Amino acid sequence: MENDLILRVVTKWLSPIIILFALYVQFHGDYSPGGGFQAGVIFSSAILLYSLTYGLDAALKLIPESALRLGASLGVLIYGGVGVTSMILGGNFLDYSVLASTPIAGQHIGIIVIELGVGLTVASVMVLLFFTFSRRVTP
Amino acid sequence: MSLIVNLVLLVFLLVMAIAVLKTTHLFAMAMLFGLYSLLVAGLFVVLDAPDVAFTEAAVGTGISTVLMLVTLASIKDGHEVVSIQKSRAGPLIICVVMGALLIYGTHDIAELGDVESAPNREVAARYIEKGQEETGVPNLVTAVLASYRGFDTLGEVTVVLTAGIGVLMLLGSRKKLRIKEVPHGK
Repeated sequence: MENDLILRVVTKWLSPIIILFALYVQFHGDYSPGGGFQAGVIFSSAILLYSLTYGLDAALKLIPESALRLGASLGVLIYGGVGVTSMILGGNFLDYSVLASTPIAGQHIGIIVIELGVGLTVASVMVLLFFTFSRRVTP
Repeated sequence: MSLIVNLVLLVFLLVMAIAVLKTTHLFAMAMLFGLYSLLVAGLFVVLDAPDVAFTEAAVGTGISTVLMLVTLASIKDGHEVVSIQKSRAGPLIICVVMGALLIYGTHDIAELGDVESAPNREVAARYIEKGQEETGVPNLVTAVLASYRGFDTLGEVTVVLTAGIGVLMLLGSRKKLRIKEVPHGK
């Protein structure tokens, strides 16, 4: 699809909007439908669209695979880290109420941080799956 | 109104399922599966579950369709399914028995919207009454998933990571996998 002008232009305009929407779903998940999982999938779909239009090499230049592997592991680590932090601060594992001065504020911080971890892992794994699959496509 | 929407969605769902069965072209099959997921997402919206609908639309229609298409592209030829006309009695019996068992199993599920059922009376009532007060999050689904059921979500994320690692271990090497030839004769 390297010579398809319309697709290339549309992709260039559409990808930032998709990524913006993913960030909205990520950080507005407390108030509206959505959350880390959905945001991760939407984010990865932007990368998939870019990679389908501009080719795998361009997408790999955008996000190297090593960064994706790191991101996938880091997400789970952030999630578990929140749990361990709340244990250190004197609560149970994944009890966010102790993270801040009031339980409500603690819950808020905890939920935002773990959703970030979920989003990071899901987005990285989805893009990684796509890269791994599409490398086997013989031109 | 809701009845008409439900009816249209379910009829289209049935049409899509039969179309997937009838088509022989794998590309068309992958696209039909995407449409099927989109219809299921629509049904979830009718059932007042926008969070699940969101996931179904993004994962079922988006990512899994693309993954199926990429898998198809990596197959050199054979984009058509060859239907072998063999005896179909065995698979048919298995399908009928399995379906009957599943329908039998649904009798144990609480009726949709039944206020008196145990899950609605005990846990859900507590989440609805105390959820916002305890977590300060207006979206109850997020409150349950991220706070009350934090362990489950941690397990879910770990499953996603494990699946990714599994695919990487199977397909990650740049060399194509080949089966070793076993020398004949003994």
